[in-house]
Amino acid sequence: MSIFINKDTKVIVQGITGSTGLFHTKQAVEYGTQVVGGVTPGKGGTEVEGIPVFNTVEDAVKETGANASVIYVPPAFAADAIMEAVDAELDLAICITEGIPVLDMLNVKRFMEGKKTRLVGPNCPGVITPEECKIGIMPGYIHKKGHVGVVSRSGTLTYEAVHQLSTNGIGQSTAVGIGGDPVNGTDFIDVLSAFNDDDDTEAVIMIGEIGGTAEEEAAEWIKANMKKPVVGFIGGRTAPPGKRMGHAGAIISGGKGTADEKINTLEKCGVKVADTPAEIGDTLIASLKENDLYDKCLTHKA
Amino acid sequence: MNIHEYQGKELLREYGVSVPSGKVAYSVEEAVEAAKELGSDVSVVKAQIHAGGRGKAGGVKVAKNLEEVRTYADEILGKTLVTHQTGPEGKEVKRLLIEEGCDIKNEYYVGIVLDRATSRVVMMASEEGGTEIEEVAEETPEKIFREYIDPAVGMQGYQARRLAFNINIPKELVGQAVKFMLGLYKVYVEKDCSIAEINPLVTTGDGKVMALDAKLNFDSNAMYRQKDVMKFRDLEEEDPKEIEASKYDLSYIALDGNIGCMVNGAGLAMATMDIIKHYNGDPANFLDVGGGATAEKVTEAFKIILSDEHVKGIYVNIFGGIMKCDVIAEGVVEATKQVGLEIPLVVRLEGTNVKQGKEILEKSGLNITAADSMADGAQKIVSLVK
Repeated sequence: MSIFINKDTKVIVQGITGSTGLFHTKQAVEYGTQVVGGVTPGKGGTEVEGIPVFNTVEDAVKETGANASVIYVPPAFAADAIMEAVDAELDLAICITEGIPVLDMLNVKRFMEGKKTRLVGPNCPGVITPEECKIGIMPGYIHKKGHVGVVSRSGTLTYEAVHQLSTNGIGQSTAVGIGGDPVNGTDFIDVLSAFNDDDDTEAVIMIGEIGGTAEEEAAEWIKANMKKPVVGFIGGRTAPPGKRMGHAGAIISGGKGTADEKINTLEKCGVKVADTPAEIGDTLIASLKENDLYDKCLTHKA
Repeated sequence: MNIHEYQGKELLREYGVSVPSGKVAYSVEEAVEAAKELGSDVSVVKAQIHAGGRGKAGGVKVAKNLEEVRTYADEILGKTLVTHQTGPEGKEVKRLLIEEGCDIKNEYYVGIVLDRATSRVVMMASEEGGTEIEEVAEETPEKIFREYIDPAVGMQGYQARRLAFNINIPKELVGQAVKFMLGLYKVYVEKDCSIAEINPLVTTGDGKVMALDAKLNFDSNAMYRQKDVMKFRDLEEEDPKEIEASKYDLSYIALDGNIGCMVNGAGLAMATMDIIKHYNGDPANFLDVGGGATAEKVTEAFKIILSDEHVKGIYVNIFGGIMKCDVIAEGVVEATKQVGLEIPLVVRLEGTNVKQGKEILEKSGLNITAADSMADGAQKIVSLVK
C-alpha cells in the first residue's frame, strides 16, 4: 500500500500543452504513471504524446475516468484551475505552480469547504509512490519502493532526504511535498494521519522550515496520535527575521515561526530532529534500529 | 514588497480611510514649503524609510513653527537612522513626510494579517496603541481582539462594530471607526496586501478617527496585477544585489557572513546556510537558482555573489533532479572563466548526470574543490576561508 496515489491512479494534466506541463508529462509517462488525458482550453480534440487533450476538466474526467489531476498552469490562472478540478469532483488535485497570490488561495480554500477533493500544494514538487506512480517534478530514479513515508515543505530538501535513504538501502512508501506557500491544501497533519493508517508505512520523515506554526501543530498531533516513529528536520535556523527565504511561506514575522521554536516543540513531543540536513537519513536509521524496524525497512542493497 | 508611510496613506485616503493631511518632501526647502501649504499650527516632520521604530531613533519631530520645520528637516534628511528593524548599519533618510499635527485623545492599534492556521484574513485591534503588537500579545494578550473574515462575503459591519466596542472607542466615534476598519479591509483585499497595520489609530480632540501611522506590505506574488502599487516601489530602499538577482529570477538575500552560497531550491538553500553555520562558518547570502537554472543564470548568480566584498569563498551545493549536474558544471566553469575567480570555490554535485558533471569540473583545470556530500562541502569551505 501507499498513500494518496498508486499504480491504479489515473491522472490528467491541466496545462499539458505548456512547456513545463509537457516536459513533466513525458517524464511521468516514462516512470509508468497512468496519464490518461490533458486539459488546455481551446485545444480540446487534439493529442500530445498520444494523450488526448480536452477543453475542460469535466470533459476529461467524463471521457477518461481520471481520479487525479496535476496542475502546471501559470500563477495568474492557477487558482481557477484548482477550483475547476475540485468542481469536477476529482479525489486529488496536485498543484505544482509557484507564485499564486495568497488572496487567491484564500478563496480557493473557502471554495473547497465541504467538497471531496484533496489539494496538495501549491508550490510543491508533487507526490510519488515509488515504482508505481509519480505526479510532479521530482526526479523519479532516486526513489526506491519501501516503508518510510516522507512529508516536506521543500522540494530539493526532500530529494536530499530520499537520496540519503535510498543510498542506505531504505525504500519509501510515498513522498509528499506539501509546498512552500503560507496557504496550502494539505498540511503535515493530513499526511501524517494518512501514513499512520497506512499498513505499508513503518516510520516517517517530516521536513519543515521557518514560518507559520504548522510544525508545532503537527508535533502536538504526533504526541497525541502517532503510532509510528517520526524524525524531523527544520530548515532556516540561520534565517534572519522579516525576510522571505525563497518560499512565500518561509518568513519569520513578529518573532513567530523560528526554527528553534519548532525544533523545541518537536523534540518535546518525541520527534527526534536531525542537527544538520546531512544527518536526516542517519537520524531515521537510528530511530528504526531503536524501534526494531530496521530489518523490515531495509528494502534493497545499499 | 514594502512602501513608505506617505504612500500607504495616499492609498488609504483613496479608500476613504481618514489620515492627516500631509506632503512628501525631498529637500529642506520642500519641507518648509509643504508645511506652509498645510498651514496647521503644529506640523510633524517624519523620516520616510522602510523600517519601524523611527520615533525612538529620532526620525519623528513635532515642529511648532516653520523655523522648527526647517531645523528638523535639515537634521533628519541625510541622517542614518538605526532602529530595531534596520540592522546595525541603519538606513539613510532621503524623504520626509510633513504632516499636520493633531490633538490626540487616545491611541489604538488596528492591523490586518493573514492567519495561516485558519486560511483566513484576520483583523486585530487593541486599545494599547503605540506599543508594538508583539509586545501586547506577550504581556496582555487579553487586550487583543480578533475578527476572522470570510472571503466569500468580506468583512461585515458587525465585526467592525464589535472590534470598536471591544477596544473602547467612544460610542459617538464608533461609526467613524467602523468606516475606517471596513475601508482598511477593502484596501487589503483590493491591493493584495500582506500586512496592513495602523499603529496608532487615534481619536482626536475635534472628534475624528484617523491613522497616525500606516504600514502596508504587499504580496510579491500578486504584483503583476497591481501596477499602481508597483509605482510606489523605492529601489533605493532595497539591496542592489537583491534587485540585480530579481532581474534574472534568482532568489537572493544578503546576509552578514563571508561564505557565498549558490544552491537550487529554497529549502536546500536555507539548509545549506544552516550547515555552514553548524561547522562554525558564516553564510554571506541565501541564493536559490531555481529548478530550471541555465549556464547564463549560474553566471549571473556568481557575479552577484562576488559583488559582495565580504565574500571570501563560495560554496555551490546542487541536488540535480530535473536540473542536470553537467549543465550546472558547465555553468560554473563558464562563470569562473568570465569573472576570473580568485577565491576558494567548493562544489558539491549530486543527482542526475553527476558523473559527467564532476568530470567537467575536473577537466576544466580550474581551482575547484570537489565535495562528496553536503556536510563534506560545508566543512571544506569553512576551513578554506579561515
